[in-house]
Amino acid sequence: MAELHVELVAADRKVWSGEATIVLARTKSGDIGIQAGHQPVLGVLESDPVTIRQADGTTVVAAVHGGFLSFADNKLSVLAEVAELAEDIDVERAERALAAAKAETEAGAARRAEVRLRAASGR
Amino acid sequence: MGAQLRVYKRRIRSVTATKKITKAMEMISASRIMKAQRAVAASSPYADELTRAVTAVATKSNAKHPLTTEPEHAVRAAVLVITADRGLAGGYSTNALKAAVQLSERLKAEGKQVDMYAVGRKAVGYFGYRDQPVVQAWTGFSDKPTYQDAKTVSATLIDAFVTETEKGGVDELHLVSTEFVSMLTQNPVDVRLLPLSLAETQENAKEQGPFPLYDFEPSAEGVLDALLPRYVESRIYNALLQSAASEHAARRRAMKSATDNAGELIKSLSRLANSARQAEITQEISEIVGGATALADANAGRD
Repeated sequence: MAELHVELVAADRKVWSGEATIVLARTKSGDIGIQAGHQPVLGVLESDPVTIRQADGTTVVAAVHGGFLSFADNKLSVLAEVAELAEDIDVERAERALAAAKAETEAGAARRAEVRLRAASGR
Repeated sequence: MGAQLRVYKRRIRSVTATKKITKAMEMISASRIMKAQRAVAASSPYADELTRAVTAVATKSNAKHPLTTEPEHAVRAAVLVITADRGLAGGYSTNALKAAVQLSERLKAEGKQVDMYAVGRKAVGYFGYRDQPVVQAWTGFSDKPTYQDAKTVSATLIDAFVTETEKGGVDELHLVSTEFVSMLTQNPVDVRLLPLSLAETQENAKEQGPFPLYDFEPSAEGVLDALLPRYVESRIYNALLQSAASEHAARRRAMKSATDNAGELIKSLSRLANSARQAEITQEISEIVGGATALADANAGRD
C-alpha cells in the first residue's frame, strides 16, 4: 500500500514523524481520512485524538489541541499548539485534571483532559 | 604590615570575589545559550509550516479578513517591546528599548497614537521611571519563555487589534525584539505583525515554488480565521525565544569582559601591592642602617 510522509509538530517541538498508510483526524466539518495521493487539503482540527496507521499495522495515537493539518505532495503536516503521543500521556494526571476541571466547570480544560484520556486509551 | 599594603590586599580580595561571580555568570549564560538556541530550532518546523499554510490560504483565496486588511487611516498603533527581566546583560535591554522609542517616534511623526506593551522587568522599569504609560506588561519569563507565555501575550494584543478604534482598539501591531544572529551579534529589530503584509509572506513563498490547489476544511475564511491568531502567536513565540537567546549571549559577553577586566585589575593591584611591600622593606632597612650608624657614631664619640 502506498505510503505518505507524516510530520506531527507541536509549537515547541517535533512530536513524531514517519511513514503511514492512513491518518484519521477530526476537522471542524467532520472526520477525515488521508491516504497517499489525497487531494491537497488544508483543514482546521478539532481538539481530538489523531490516529496514524503505519504499514506494519501499528498505530500511533496523539492528543491534538488547537491544530490544523495540511496535505500536499504526499506529505502531511499536523500542526498543533499542544500535541502529545498516547504513550507519553500520564493517565492518572489527566484523570485528576479532568476531575478538577469538571469541578470548576471549565469547559476548555475538561475537553483537553478528556481528549488526552481518549488518546491514551487508544479509542 | 603597612597601611598602604593592607589597603591593596583588601581590594585584591574583593576584586577576586567579584571575578568569581562574573565568571560563574558567564558560564551559566554560555550553557543557557545552547538551550535557548535549541528551543529556537525546535520551534522552527511549526513556524515554517504555519507561515507556508497562511501564505497558501491568503494568496489562493480572496478572503478578506480583518487581520489582513489595511485600514485607511491608522489612528493608534500598539508596540510590543521585549526586554530582559534581569540586568547585567550589557546593552541588551537598552538597545531593544532604544529601538522601541525610535519606532514610536516614527509612528508619532506619522500621526498615530502609540500604545506601549512590554515584556520584561527592564522595560517596565524604563517606562515607569520616565512616567510613560504602559498598557500592559508581562514579566517573569524573559529567559525561558514557553508557548503558553506567547499565547497570553498575543491574546491581549489580538484582542486590542480586533476592538474598534473608537473603543480604544489599535489599528497596527508592531513588535520590537532582538534577533539572534550569532554568539557575537544580536540586533534589535522592529517588524509590523498586523495587519499582515502579504507581500512579505509572498516573497518567501516564491522560493518554495507555486502552491498546490488546496481544498479548505471547512472553508478558506474558516481556515484563515483559525490560522491567523496562531500565526501571530508563533511569531511572538519565535521573537521571545530569539530574544531569550540574545539575552543570554549578551550577558555572557558582558560577564566575559567583566571577568577579563577584573583579571587586569587584580594584576595591576598586585603590582602596586608588591612595590608597596618592597618600599616598606627598603624603608625598614634604611631605618635599621641609619640607627646602627647613629649608634656607632655615638660610641665612637665616647671613646
